[in-house]
Formats: sequence, structure tokens, C-alpha cells
Amino acid sequence: MSKTSSGTLYRGREGMWSWVGHRVTGVVIFLFLLVHVLDTALVRVNADAYNAVIATYQNPLMALGETALVAAILFHAFNGLRLILVDFWKQGTKYQRQLLWGVLGVWIVVFAAFAIRHLSLAFGGH
Amino acid sequence: MSVNIAAPRSQRLDPKYVRGPKSRGNFEMLAWLFMRLSGVVLVVLIFGHLFANLMTGTGINALSFGFVAGKWANPVWQFWDLALLWLSMLHGTNGVRTIINDYAEKHATRAWLKGILYVATIFIVVLGSLVIFTFDPCVAGSDLAQCR
Repeated sequence: MSKTSSGTLYRGREGMWSWVGHRVTGVVIFLFLLVHVLDTALVRVNADAYNAVIATYQNPLMALGETALVAAILFHAFNGLRLILVDFWKQGTKYQRQLLWGVLGVWIVVFAAFAIRHLSLAFGGH
Repeated sequence: MSVNIAAPRSQRLDPKYVRGPKSRGNFEMLAWLFMRLSGVVLVVLIFGHLFANLMTGTGINALSFGFVAGKWANPVWQFWDLALLWLSMLHGTNGVRTIINDYAEKHATRAWLKGILYVATIFIVVLGSLVIFTFDPCVAGSDLAQCR
């Protein structure tokens, strides 16, 4: 980053981009949460109606959306734990950058495991 | 010789330098703390939710009304989902509240957006809680064995 101001970019680098990622994933997850409670509420109305809506989640195209949603959830979860370390661990601010690379490493591994399992189930056909 | 200068925030400031209305007490600190505490619990609750529903057996293909009825026959899953509903909604609502406060500059816009947010939150939390507490495995359309 240059030392002079460049447009509306704040400080850039790991600290700012993890903050941006945390906000964006948080909003996406919250919007899904509202929809998810509404679709689940159909179990109180009619079993067939619930099954019909769940069937839309079971098509392969939606499986890609679910995989993207879980990618967002996993990032928000691991980066959230990093935030807690930054706030409460004495060395947290000093190592916040390394912690972010740790977050991304764990994120890739857990996401890959989820995506392989979920997509093979969704595309496997049962 | 020495001059007594009032310490900052000693309540002797000219009123024109006092920022904002009265203090809101510890609310913002408690909200900050809640995000951390609920966050840790939510990691466990959501990972368990995703694992049980999507990773075991035939995963998403197994989801159906009968699957939900089977889970909610167990009080542990009822409590799990209720805690998930409340904590995730409060965590998400507080997050969006922060974002509204950051980006909505006009007072009226902020008030409206937060009003809509709180109405939506109360609606979803009440609806979700009622669904868990009043769940009926023999609701219309159910073809479970015990309902025939």
C-alpha cells in the first residue's frame, strides 16, 4: 500500500479485507437465515408443501448455491474465531495477519471436504 | 502559580462540546461481548446442524417432512434448533444493526431501516419458536406410519 491516500480504500491488506469479507458473508448468511426459517415453518402448515419446497433445494443447481453458502458460513466462522483471538489474546493484534492465513488454510481444507461430499451426494442421484 | 484545569469529562465542559444525547450505558459493550460469546456457540451449533443434515447418510437427498419429524421427536434436537434460531437471529440482527449504523447517514433512514430489521427479527424468532414448540407430526399431508 502506498502511504498516500488512494481513493476510498482504507488501509487495505489482510486486516481490512478480512473485515470486508466478514461483513459481506454475514449479510448473505442473515438473508438466507430469514428464508430458511420461513421454509422450515411450512412443516407446521402442510407436509406436502414442505416436501415440495425442500425438493427445490435438492436440485443440482441449488447444490452449487448451498456449497457457496457453506463457503460463506465457514469463512465467517473461522474468521470470527480469529476476531475473538485478536480481541482477547494478548498477542492477537500482533499476529492478526498470520491468523488470517491460518483461517484461510483451515477454510480451504474444511470447505473442500464439505464440497466433495455435498456435491457428490447432490449430483450422485438417489 | 499553579492553575487548576478541570479533567476532561469532569462534567464542566461547555454544553456545546458535549456529544450526542445521554449515554446508553453499557449497551454497546454488551452487544460487542454478545457477538463473541454467541459466535463461539454458533460455530458448534451450525457445524452440528450442517453435519447432521447434509453430511451423514444420503445427505440432502434424505431431507423431507419425515426427516424433520424424526429429529424433533428428540428433545435434544428441539433444543438445539431453538438455541440455533435465537442465537443466530440475535447475532445476525446485531450485525446488520451495526452495518445500518455505519452506512445510513440520515437519522430518518437509520431509524426506518432498523425498525424494519427489528420487526422482521421479532416475526422470524416468534414464528420459528412456535413451529418448534407446536410441531405436529400428523399435520395435513403427513404420511407417517403413526398418523394413518
